[in-house]
Amino acid sequence: MLRYILLRLLLLVPVMLAVSLLVFVLLHLGSTDPALDYLRLSHIPPTDAAVAEVRQALGLDLPLYQQYWIWLCKALQLDFGISYLTGRPVLDDLLYYLPATLQLGGLALACTLLFAVPLGLLAARWQGRWPDHAVRAVTFIGVSMPNFWLAFLLIALFSLWLGWLPALGRGSPGQLVMPVLAIALMSMSINARLLRASLLEASGQRHVTYARARGLPERRVWRGHILRNAWLPLVTATGMHVGELIGGALVIETIFAWPGVGRFAVSAVLNRDFPVMQCFTLLLTGLLMLCNLLVDICYAWLDPRSRLQGVDA
Amino acid sequence: MPTPTLELRTLSVASRNTLLVDQLSLQLHRGKVCALVGSSGSGKSLSCLGMLDLLPQGLRRSGGELLLDGVSLAPAQVRGHVASLVLQNPRSAFNPVRSMASHAQETLKLRGVHGADARQQMIECLAAVGLGDHQRVLESFAFQLSGGMLQRMMIALALMAQTPYLLADEPTSDLDALSQARFLELLMELVEGHGLGVLLVTHDMGVVARCADHVLVMDAGRIVERQDTQGLFDAPASASARTLLDAHHLLTGGHP
Amino acid sequence: MSAFAAVPHKPLRLRWSLAAGALLVSLLVLLAVFGQWLAPHDPDLIDVGQRLQPASMSHWLGTDHLGRDLLSRLIVGTRLSLGSVLLTLSLVLALGLLVGGVAGFVGGKLDLLLMRLCDMFMTFPTLVLAFFFVTLLGTGLTNVIVAIALSHWAWYARMVRGLVIAQRGREYLLAARLAGASRWSRLRQHVVPNIAGPLLVLATMDIGHMMLHVSGLSFLGLGVTPPTAEWGVMINDAKEFIWTHPQLLLWPGLMIFFSVMAFNLLGDALRDRLDPAQERH
Repeated sequence: MLRYILLRLLLLVPVMLAVSLLVFVLLHLGSTDPALDYLRLSHIPPTDAAVAEVRQALGLDLPLYQQYWIWLCKALQLDFGISYLTGRPVLDDLLYYLPATLQLGGLALACTLLFAVPLGLLAARWQGRWPDHAVRAVTFIGVSMPNFWLAFLLIALFSLWLGWLPALGRGSPGQLVMPVLAIALMSMSINARLLRASLLEASGQRHVTYARARGLPERRVWRGHILRNAWLPLVTATGMHVGELIGGALVIETIFAWPGVGRFAVSAVLNRDFPVMQCFTLLLTGLLMLCNLLVDICYAWLDPRSRLQGVDA
Repeated sequence: MPTPTLELRTLSVASRNTLLVDQLSLQLHRGKVCALVGSSGSGKSLSCLGMLDLLPQGLRRSGGELLLDGVSLAPAQVRGHVASLVLQNPRSAFNPVRSMASHAQETLKLRGVHGADARQQMIECLAAVGLGDHQRVLESFAFQLSGGMLQRMMIALALMAQTPYLLADEPTSDLDALSQARFLELLMELVEGHGLGVLLVTHDMGVVARCADHVLVMDAGRIVERQDTQGLFDAPASASARTLLDAHHLLTGGHP
Repeated sequence: MSAFAAVPHKPLRLRWSLAAGALLVSLLVLLAVFGQWLAPHDPDLIDVGQRLQPASMSHWLGTDHLGRDLLSRLIVGTRLSLGSVLLTLSLVLALGLLVGGVAGFVGGKLDLLLMRLCDMFMTFPTLVLAFFFVTLLGTGLTNVIVAIALSHWAWYARMVRGLVIAQRGREYLLAARLAGASRWSRLRQHVVPNIAGPLLVLATMDIGHMMLHVSGLSFLGLGVTPPTAEWGVMINDAKEFIWTHPQLLLWPGLMIFFSVMAFNLLGDALRDRLDPAQERH
């Protein structure tokens, strides 16, 4: 088990290298010239002389592989260059904005689990009756709603009309409510539906019939044989949803002027801020792979089959 | 004193538009094996499940009153307290993520047995069914044990529940000949030694010949013949019984 | 849990949701095809004197910040939204069928390699991956379509591969092989029809998702750009006016919402219909 974890962690390295190379190449072969972008963002008129100077200063006149090598050497020392937009070291900027995003994401994840689990349970337990229909209706709406539209609706309702919550910025707990809700609603709905489906599938299985046949009370059957088996798909799904939450953060942070990594990344893309884009990609790759690993570990812990038969997913 | 019996009265099982089991009634006696035979699709397994009200979704159950020594009981009271179930294809009957010990523990807990007492009883029951290596068995999960062993585990669980009756739904159909023989041997031991009353659902006349005292022949959801074993083999009254016996003799090379 | 509780209400509910979904989707398709003739005004006609008008007889939903008729823009936007999603879906299906089909049919080392590739793509959430690709390829609708296609295809490839493998062992394929049919014709004639069903279900359920991504990326300014009439862009335009004219945000969002709901409804109903094992979901 430990060996498996170590192996997976080791695998991270070549993957991150490959991704960084791919992104580097694609960015630099892309539609715009980094030198021009730099000049634009620094508000320097792009005269020929200025361009040539910048190219030399940024090392853009070197062959591509050399540029990558230089970048890599610096990156290994955790120097990811200077942002074209802010003029500050990239890593510093990203780490500065990261906590805000983690706060949002973490709360959204907590909300998701807090609501999805009871809703899914309710719907499965009372399948075919009104609680089930109610949950299905609500989750259906949640799954179909564009989160940026929801964000504006919430602002219109809670800030404009009711005046209860401030719309923008970060600082007070009141400012957390709407962004978290906007991100979490879709996840909540998806997970509730998933849990419901998973529970219904589990409850139709033969071992549940056998459990009842042995005279076990219904509560025990639900807790020990249906729920216990339904956790597995939910764990995998939650792992996937960390990614969805990050995607949500990109949009929601922009709307609520939340000073997080998502908003920073969006502005980097819109402004073609290369060093930031490069570093952000890498950061995200690493984070997502770690999340995946975590999910696999949880899965192995919950399902003895994968543990004992070898963890060849 | 009349012999202890578990009686089922007029059980009917229907899907949306077909009647699958029609007014089935039967009686089980302690220390005796009652075989329920019929070709595939005759409704045998459904009768077994329907008796304990464990039918899959989409099927309706009506009638099916259960009487223990003349006293009416709800199916929920019968399950696990009066009658135990042994199923075909045992691997899917166990929860794949729980160990055998966990299954045993929850069964014993129903009778209020915990801790060291429970452990002791587990070992005894496993020994009684021939699963001597109790340490390994209890720690194992369903996918780690063979079909034969899992079948025995189901009997062990029935012993732990200390139910006087056992409903066995095609318990030997998935087993190889050797495991089959061993299983039937065990069953007969329990019938004779513990006075277990068994309903044995099967399509194998060889099993019937070996174990059953009394035979019920089912066809298209109804009982078409009731006879004791010897009588059935000597002089089958119904067409279904004759078909089954002919097929059996064909396969075993016996004499019609 | 008594068996009596099994009430066969399913067929009614199924029929209702299938009919409703199909109806709404057909309406959308009609709007997309005939939109430009149904629109009461020219959606791109700027009339600054008429800007930010409330609902009136000539402008049923009012006008936007440049005096353009909101209703017309919404109607015309249908074509863009549906069109881009359709294109994305075609790309995704093509890639998925190709990679999944080859992996499943050929097997061996190639299969392993392709599946590793799929895994790589599946690690990333779709919006983030689409975001990446727009980063790399630049902004604009074409790039958004390619980006979303690149982020979705892996799921389809996996599913196709699974279905192909399941079909591979079937007897009729063996018979065809013995009869001398080439690999290609076997794939085309026997395997493809049998995987069409589940694939259709997955695709229909996914359309809603893709629509949300397209409008989401457009909203961020990464896809369609103004002055094109697209629902996501319209919301982006309108966000400055949220304090004074929140209704400008309401209508485009509602269109997205209803479109996604329509496809989800259809997708759910189709899945219940075509895949009885999943009925209870």
